[in-house]
Amino acid sequence: MMYKSLVSISDYTKDEYLHILKLAAEFEKNPVQDILKDKVIASLFFEPSTRTRLSFESAINRLGGRVIGFSDSNSSSVTKGETLKDTIKIVSSYCDLIVMRHPLEGSAKYASEVATVPVVNAGDGANQHPTQTLLDMYSIMKTQGHLENLNIFMVGDLKYGRTVHSLLMAMSQFNATFYFISPPELKMPDEYKDHLNKLGLKFFEHRDFTEIIDKADIIYMTRVQKERFSDPIEYEKTKNAYVLRNIMLKNTKHNLRVLHPLPRVNEINVDVDDNEKAYYFTQALNGVFVRQAIIASILTLKSK
Amino acid sequence: MKDKKQLQVNAIKDGTVIDHIPAKNLFKVISILGLDKIETLITFGTNLESKKLGSKAIIKIADIFFRDEEINKISLVAPDAKLNIIKDYEVIEKKVVAVPDNIIGITKCFNPKCITNNEPVKTKFHVMSKKDVTLKCHYCEKVMDPEQFVII
Repeated sequence: MMYKSLVSISDYTKDEYLHILKLAAEFEKNPVQDILKDKVIASLFFEPSTRTRLSFESAINRLGGRVIGFSDSNSSSVTKGETLKDTIKIVSSYCDLIVMRHPLEGSAKYASEVATVPVVNAGDGANQHPTQTLLDMYSIMKTQGHLENLNIFMVGDLKYGRTVHSLLMAMSQFNATFYFISPPELKMPDEYKDHLNKLGLKFFEHRDFTEIIDKADIIYMTRVQKERFSDPIEYEKTKNAYVLRNIMLKNTKHNLRVLHPLPRVNEINVDVDDNEKAYYFTQALNGVFVRQAIIASILTLKSK
Repeated sequence: MKDKKQLQVNAIKDGTVIDHIPAKNLFKVISILGLDKIETLITFGTNLESKKLGSKAIIKIADIFFRDEEINKISLVAPDAKLNIIKDYEVIEKKVVAVPDNIIGITKCFNPKCITNNEPVKTKFHVMSKKDVTLKCHYCEKVMDPEQFVII
């Protein structure tokens, strides 16, 4: 379908999102195939991210591909002062596709411009992490049966959380209604609210979600980090308002599912884990199928 | 008392006059156009009275005529600038600057964690609003407004 890099969630159109999600469903049915048999994929992790790296490497291995690369920049020539450009140029000639995680923002875009092979962004600083967004969308699609007209609750750190920003941008193409639940310090930035206003989409802002939780189709939890607060007393006062407990799910919709990009600390109480509405562990597994779909689609390979 | 109008900066025979530059951005305009590196006669005046800008600057450059894409670069710091093209002491053409769709080079990205501030990468921005000149970094996707521009 396309021979291009995936750097930012806005690189894909609505049809392309749906194409990837459809392909991911095919890989979920048949996750072990040999379609990457002759392919070498570079996995360049300039900063450690065990979860994302293992998910990518599992996706590649299950499709029969070979992985080369490094899992943190200490074991690469970056320590010798090599520029990103040179590293990418050289690695390009060793592989068919590059998966890259880098602490600097915009590094993936730049890499995609100097590389001679497609680049998949596995996170560039606080900027973009498009494969996470696609796996979030896949999880929504799978649990709701569709993506249109959903009530999506985003809870916790909505100011700095890149996952909620990307998910908002993607789901805004599917007529979602958004509920933003956060402390005032960590509210959804204006640029995203402006984006929704421009599209004529509804959104509501709340400080607490116990009253409105019965409207939710999806609850997307994020971690409220203590370091984000200038006033530690304010943190102590507000932190419990953003913890999801099993009892809160009592009168919620039957189709409601709780998502979380993980790692979780205490924002979802462990008593939620056994509730059928808890979906975050399966969500992580979906990441493998979605990454299989992204790699296969970029390399124009078909699922068997 | 009679209103006395006088020229505060001498006229040039042939060349370009750039008027209505905000006084505080005069040296940025000079640096963007590379006027510090050319050898023809340049005169400029600054902190001149302006009804519109409060205080303005004017630059007169002898024997130099700019291409549009070159002059449009100054729209980042002097969006209201007006150009007079002079031939034989006469104004033969008047121009205004236009904000381009993309800005390459000229300003740094204000995000210290942007790749362009950490590797030798030429900056590139997409103009989000031409009215108040807000720029979105092509690389890190952060949006900045004119107060955050640092001219390279």
